[in-house]
Amino acid sequence: MRILSLFALIIIAAQATASTALPVKEVTTGVYVHFGKHQFPDSKNHGEIANLGFIVGQKCVAVIDSGGNPQQGLALKQAIIETTQTPICYVINTHVHPDHIYGNNAFKAAGVKFVGHHKLASAMTTRGSYYLDKAAEQLDTKLTTADLILPDIEVKDSLKLDLGERVLTLKAHPTAHTDNDLSIYDEKTNTMWLSDLLFTEHLPTLDGNLKGWLSEIAKLEKQAFSYVIPGHGDLVTDWPQSIQAEKHYLTLLLTEIRAAIKKGKYLEDAVKTVGYSEKNNWALFDEYHRKNVTTAFAQLEWEDDYPADKK
Amino acid sequence: MKYIKLLPAIFITTLLPIAAIAAENENIWNNILKSEFFAKQALEESDKVIELETPVRAEDPALVPIKITSKINQTKEHYIKKILVLVDNNPFPYVGEFEFTPESGKADIAIRIRVNTNSYIRAVAQMNDDTLTMAKKFVKASGGCSAPADPNTDETMSRLGKMKFRLDDKVKVGEPNLAQLLISHPNTTGMQMDQVTRFIKKSHFVKQVKVSFNDKPILTAKTDIAISSDPNFRFYFVPEKAGELKAEIIDTSCETPTSRKVCTQGNTYTETFKIQP
Repeated sequence: MRILSLFALIIIAAQATASTALPVKEVTTGVYVHFGKHQFPDSKNHGEIANLGFIVGQKCVAVIDSGGNPQQGLALKQAIIETTQTPICYVINTHVHPDHIYGNNAFKAAGVKFVGHHKLASAMTTRGSYYLDKAAEQLDTKLTTADLILPDIEVKDSLKLDLGERVLTLKAHPTAHTDNDLSIYDEKTNTMWLSDLLFTEHLPTLDGNLKGWLSEIAKLEKQAFSYVIPGHGDLVTDWPQSIQAEKHYLTLLLTEIRAAIKKGKYLEDAVKTVGYSEKNNWALFDEYHRKNVTTAFAQLEWEDDYPADKK
Repeated sequence: MKYIKLLPAIFITTLLPIAAIAAENENIWNNILKSEFFAKQALEESDKVIELETPVRAEDPALVPIKITSKINQTKEHYIKKILVLVDNNPFPYVGEFEFTPESGKADIAIRIRVNTNSYIRAVAQMNDDTLTMAKKFVKASGGCSAPADPNTDETMSRLGKMKFRLDDKVKVGEPNLAQLLISHPNTTGMQMDQVTRFIKKSHFVKQVKVSFNDKPILTAKTDIAISSDPNFRFYFVPEKAGELKAEIIDTSCETPTSRKVCTQGNTYTETFKIQP
């Protein structure tokens, strides 16, 4: 009887600490991805919408984005524990958005280094208190400042991380989707983890710079990758085909907003007219399109003052 | 009218349960703002003098376009003297006040503002006889990933103080003409962090905008941190003949985001535009 109850206690304790593992898929050797659903972050999905995952080397695991809330971070950690005995050495945050960084706290431990773009810490701090308020209000998720973990390692231009028989190349991009986008390239499998520099199916969301993003796309589409992992959308195996929809949408924003400004239209008009031919091509168009037009419009109003910059 | 004391507002916003903030209540207006700005003054709530247009949802919290349309003509005898704009639930609710003259033609004003959370936005018009009329709209906060901070501050700083006017090609004499003034300025709230030093920056915002036509004032505005970066104003003026539109702005930097007690005056920037009807 005593042994039985002790056993029961152990089981209860184990259940209390271990989360259910997040479903992940090995898309190519040692590259595991959890594919998120195309939903607006809300109090039902608690912000669990983005693609997350990890890459396993001989000596180290690198986590790529930690989740949309602390529980999802724990579930991702459980998935790693169930997949490999290799220790986690790095948690890479691809950018500041909540669906990619709110699981950070689950991984905080001795020997784990957080890695991000050199502007990530500033973005996290600037937005921190606002984000924490919104987490309660909009995601029904309790977060504290302890959940906002700033990077220990900052990537200025590019950085190589050796996971043991596997070297990842991290690149800090100029302002595109956000001002702190980081991509991760795995040479071993020729896999490019673009995160939110690439959206497929889910409408791209602009929180950085429209022309900057298009210029990064122009560079990326010249390269050859076997696998590309978007921040939202399925595994890409036909690069650069799968980035054409995003490129088309962003180019359309650029062209139509420029035309609206030239015609003397105001922001409020542009929000109602620009880009609607794309409405049926994307999930979450109604949720994000007007914000994209707003952000882009405010940037393009000033471009005539820099003719050299206009292309 | 004086700047509101912000401390009580902060305490109320942080102490109220989240649900209360999200609901369409007017506690901050009723308990704080009304007496701060209009103590013991009669104030009618109606759309008879001005109408306030806002989006239903603040798509981009850093940039919410709002428009105030006047229902009366500006005449020497009867005109809107001033319009005050407030966002109840912003950390600093005062957006700005806009003074008009009979020469404005129409006391319309369109601006872009920062809206932090679900909130009423209010516009209060003061006539030349000092009667007050208020229009209000409730705006839902944006969801998703954006924040009221602007990521392109470096770019904005590189053209700091640059201004431009935009008008229709054909300017009509003796009638109200719509003009747009674009100002390049980060309008830093003081809640944003410096990319390099990691210190929270002091606020740095446009505090005064004066637009005149042939030296007659058209629009005089006092503005604050709730104005979006790259401030953008649309307003009317009535040219009687050819002449010059002139904008003069002054910026300032304050020690804390929510008090205006310790501020340093910044620079004055000017821009002119030839009007040839």
